[in-house]
Amino acid sequence: MDGLDRFLATFFNARIFARYLPDMLAGVWTTIWLAGAVIALGLSLGLALACLRAYGWRIASFFIICFADMGRALPPLVLILIMYFGLPGLGLRMPGPLVLILVLGTVLAAFAEEIFWAGLTSVPKGQWEAGRATGLGFTQTLVQIALPQAARLALPPLVNRVLAISKMTALGSVIGVSEILSVASTAQSFTGSAAPLTMGAIAYVIVFLPLVVLTRLLERRFAWKV
Amino acid sequence: MSRPMLEIVALEKTFGELKVLRDINLRVATGEMVFVIGPSGSGKSTMLRCCNRLEEPTSGAILIDGKDIVGCSSSALNRMRLEVGMVFQGFHLYPHMTVVANVMLAQIKALKRSKDEARERALAMLDRVGLRHRAETMPTQLSGGQQQRVAIARALALDPKVMLFDEPTSALDPELVGSVLAVMKDLKDSGMTMLVVSHEMGFAREAADRVVFMDGGLVVEEGPPEEIFANPKAERTQAFLSRVRA
Ligand SMILES: Nc1ncnc2c1ncn2[C@@H]1O[C@H](COP(=O)(O)OP(=O)(O)OP(=O)(O)O)[C@@H](O)[C@H]1O
Ligand SMILES: [Mg+2]
Repeated sequence: MDGLDRFLATFFNARIFARYLPDMLAGVWTTIWLAGAVIALGLSLGLALACLRAYGWRIASFFIICFADMGRALPPLVLILIMYFGLPGLGLRMPGPLVLILVLGTVLAAFAEEIFWAGLTSVPKGQWEAGRATGLGFTQTLVQIALPQAARLALPPLVNRVLAISKMTALGSVIGVSEILSVASTAQSFTGSAAPLTMGAIAYVIVFLPLVVLTRLLERRFAWKV
Repeated sequence: MSRPMLEIVALEKTFGELKVLRDINLRVATGEMVFVIGPSGSGKSTMLRCCNRLEEPTSGAILIDGKDIVGCSSSALNRMRLEVGMVFQGFHLYPHMTVVANVMLAQIKALKRSKDEARERALAMLDRVGLRHRAETMPTQLSGGQQQRVAIARALALDPKVMLFDEPTSALDPELVGSVLAVMKDLKDSGMTMLVVSHEMGFAREAADRVVFMDGGLVVEEGPPEEIFANPKAERTQAFLSRVRA
């Protein structure tokens, strides 16, 4: 066997590809819906917290800042292990996918809150004054005037963060959630071949490349406009 | 003098230790245009911003058509603000919506007009400031003078009883000032009550009913423009005017 054959047999074994394709498709689907749930939870919670912080209630803001700092400081894997292996000790047992969604969703929320907040604080004071001077209430001014401008500023960093955290669904493999990486490494240990890992890599590219391209488009668009 | 539309009574404003307004008393009659001049830092903007409580007065009363705006609840304040139009030096148009949407927003959200009604009114106001043909443009595509006229239309669309202007032309290139002043003159001729902070002396002479000179948080002197400009009585007014003219 020459070098190229060995390379192909190791990483691109067609027989193994065919055998594990159904499992891998199921894994892809799991990764997609997990990522979707994480993004939905993370963005909505992050946005809600940033809005709440805009009201300037001291105590609420204090807790929001603590939440955002903790969420950004702690490695998600640590939280996942604590929730999956630690909480059952207190009688609280949650299924792996739920743990993954809760942890990654709150971590994304911590980042999203900071990004939305940075967007809100960079909306000029005059915009608020124009809104309030025309009889709009605080909430109306926030929703109609400040948020749309903040969201525009927040979009590029937000998409990057969403991408980074969606990929962390691979951490599900340590708590038995059968997403892409989990399927791939299980197959790898059964077959002793690296081919399933290649399959996993291809699957990740197919799932996440469109998001990466979207990020690039957004960056280009915003670089032109602002 | 006919019934005042805007009345400022014993207005005081302090920022921490800094006393910015001390006992300001000013009445603007219905349909009157009053010009406020004075050196930088004399409290002109602060006084204007107290008139719709963008700045919270420390003490005193602000009466709009007889109703006190100081000390009313926040929902009542939002209603009162509809009666006081404000035009800023920096325009502050909403950059994420079209010109016509800028003029419609508060009509729909604060005045609860229907979309169609708001749109019709917005187009009429844009027509009035000569910008109906730019209704679907984004504000940033417009010149400063055009943006300021849209800002005036945005305020007018709410049918205010008083219009406040804070240096409406001082952020504009000289050749664009005229178009904004023309709109203000037209507004004055249609009977709008206006309180204007501005150093456009030529315009004041032509259009203002009264000029108020402020310094150090006080009204130092007031009178018809000819009188204030030709023979100011107070020394501080004289000094200020000679500095401005120089
Ligand atoms: N939010 C604030 N906090 C603290 N001080 C303020 C605030 N706003 C205004 N001041 C101070 O109040 C004084 C009056 O300011 P104001 O803006 O009313 O003056 P002005 O007459 O409008 O001046 P200009 O001609 O420069 O616009 C200034 O000394 C200013 O520094
Ligand atoms: Mg000022």
